[in-house]
Amino acid sequence: MTYHIFREIADSWVLLAMFVFFTAASLWVFRPGSGASHAEAAGTPFRHEDAPAADRATSPEEVQK
Amino acid sequence: MWNTVKLGGLALITLLAAMASNYGRDFAYQVHAFIVMLAAAVTFVYVLRATGEPAKPRDTGYQDGVIRFGVVATTVWGIVGFLVGLVIALQLAFPALNFAALQGYGNFGRLRPLHTSAVIFAFGGNALIASSFYVVQRTSAARLWGGNLAWFVFWGYNLFIVLAATGYLMGVTQGKEYAEPEWYVDIWLTIVWVAYLAVFLGTILIRKEKHIYVANWFYLAFIVTIAMLHIVNNLVLPVSIFGSRSVQLFSGVQDAMTQWWYGHNAVGFFLTAGFLGMMYYFVPKQAERPVYSYKLSIIHFWALIFLYIWAGPHHLHYTALPDWASTLGMVFSIVLWMPSWGGMINGLMTLSGAWDKLRTDPIIRMMVISIGFYGMSTFEGPMMSIRAVNALSHYTDWTIGHVHSGALGWNGMITFGVLYFLTPRLWNKDRLYSLRLVDLHFWLATIGIVLYAASMWVTGIMEGLMWREVDPQGFLVNSFADTVGAKFPMYVVRATGGLLYLTGALIMGFNLLMTIRRAPVKAETPVMAAAQ
Repeated sequence: MTYHIFREIADSWVLLAMFVFFTAASLWVFRPGSGASHAEAAGTPFRHEDAPAADRATSPEEVQK
Repeated sequence: MWNTVKLGGLALITLLAAMASNYGRDFAYQVHAFIVMLAAAVTFVYVLRATGEPAKPRDTGYQDGVIRFGVVATTVWGIVGFLVGLVIALQLAFPALNFAALQGYGNFGRLRPLHTSAVIFAFGGNALIASSFYVVQRTSAARLWGGNLAWFVFWGYNLFIVLAATGYLMGVTQGKEYAEPEWYVDIWLTIVWVAYLAVFLGTILIRKEKHIYVANWFYLAFIVTIAMLHIVNNLVLPVSIFGSRSVQLFSGVQDAMTQWWYGHNAVGFFLTAGFLGMMYYFVPKQAERPVYSYKLSIIHFWALIFLYIWAGPHHLHYTALPDWASTLGMVFSIVLWMPSWGGMINGLMTLSGAWDKLRTDPIIRMMVISIGFYGMSTFEGPMMSIRAVNALSHYTDWTIGHVHSGALGWNGMITFGVLYFLTPRLWNKDRLYSLRLVDLHFWLATIGIVLYAASMWVTGIMEGLMWREVDPQGFLVNSFADTVGAKFPMYVVRATGGLLYLTGALIMGFNLLMTIRRAPVKAETPVMAAAQ
């Protein structure tokens, strides 16, 4: 293996695949309806500070906290 | 039953290590085999004492014991690493400090890798492991997966540190920057790292939250990428199973490119992605508000992942590496400006609406200045990767200044903030022992970094200009020793900055110790009865 593997990756569909994946991931972030799910995810650090959840946190009080 | 298997395994390791210590072909290998033997024997006794005892009730809360050990290890290793850094800074300014009696053990060449590994892998690594265990439990609402495996990760990782550090002093090195440990230490780290991945990923898989919080993405990227980098860059053939020497599979420029692919991604994934995981959890927690833009954090993540892996060749401008390769590395380094600054803005703007906390809360101030240094060093880095700038900066102290504004400013400050955040919570204390000491630490560290970075800019640019100065006949004006002489005052300033930084860390150590021993215990908050 030599540094040409770097060239192979850069000059081929691998770079393109990475770029397409990145673009798709970035667009996916802005899909309709993502706001609510992102807000829920962003609140994760504030929900279970002291103890693990007994069960999947889907009850409304849990989510609001 | 399981304990019997463990005891058998530990006894076997003790025996094999004793034999290796006996048959070892070089002194350092014998010492290392002896350390392994001791570690296995101590673990054997520990397991033996627990064998046959009545089983304790299963703990269902968060597993915080290992994180407490991690906090202590981070603090202690940090102070050791900063102290060694101060010693080698003084050795550069005053070469007489390379004492003749310590030649071969305590001179600059032996201590320098000890310093870099102590701060990056011992201080930074323990901080990453401890904080990732804390964050992944809280954001998954689940206890760490794997039971005592987390303890194996902690002790195994610290055994790796001890083997690496003692090895450097005895000259066991494969000569690769930030990847100095020899083959058997590398194999041990690989085992520990797989266990780390299992604990972390296992906890994510049993999570009770719907989403994998973004901090965990960064931590996971750090763990997975470091595993890949570590294995590829350490492909070697040992000379003997009883010796500490090995032959590398790559050679020449191929080895250089692999090394800097490793080296730059160690910066990108160990010192950046992992610590961004800290930022995305602890800054929102301390500011008591969610991250500014969750969307931006996702884009930040994917952009960093896809860009950092290309940037390594910018370490090899004007070398045997072809121009196209170093240009490619340079271009991707410059593109990295965007996600780095996106991440910085995301971290800083988390405080929008809570900027007043900067006046009252020295911990958030520490976190904010660390994000500021993240922004500054990720601006400086791409600039230095440009070939024309690199022609001036490469091999000069400017590089050292850049590294330290990132390491002391970004990694150090955010870790201090996290340690101040974690200690009262982990030891169930109401608050820290003293906020004024945190404030003092903040100013000592900040002034220390400013002295460090500014003196290294001056000496680096001066050195670069002196090296390229030619007289009208085309001869070089300055000899190398001329530049060394001219740098003396800046070296003294740099050591002063390091002294301030170390003093701050000692004050932090005192403050954390007093928090654990003296601070008031957290008042029992009334438990709300469940509605039904």
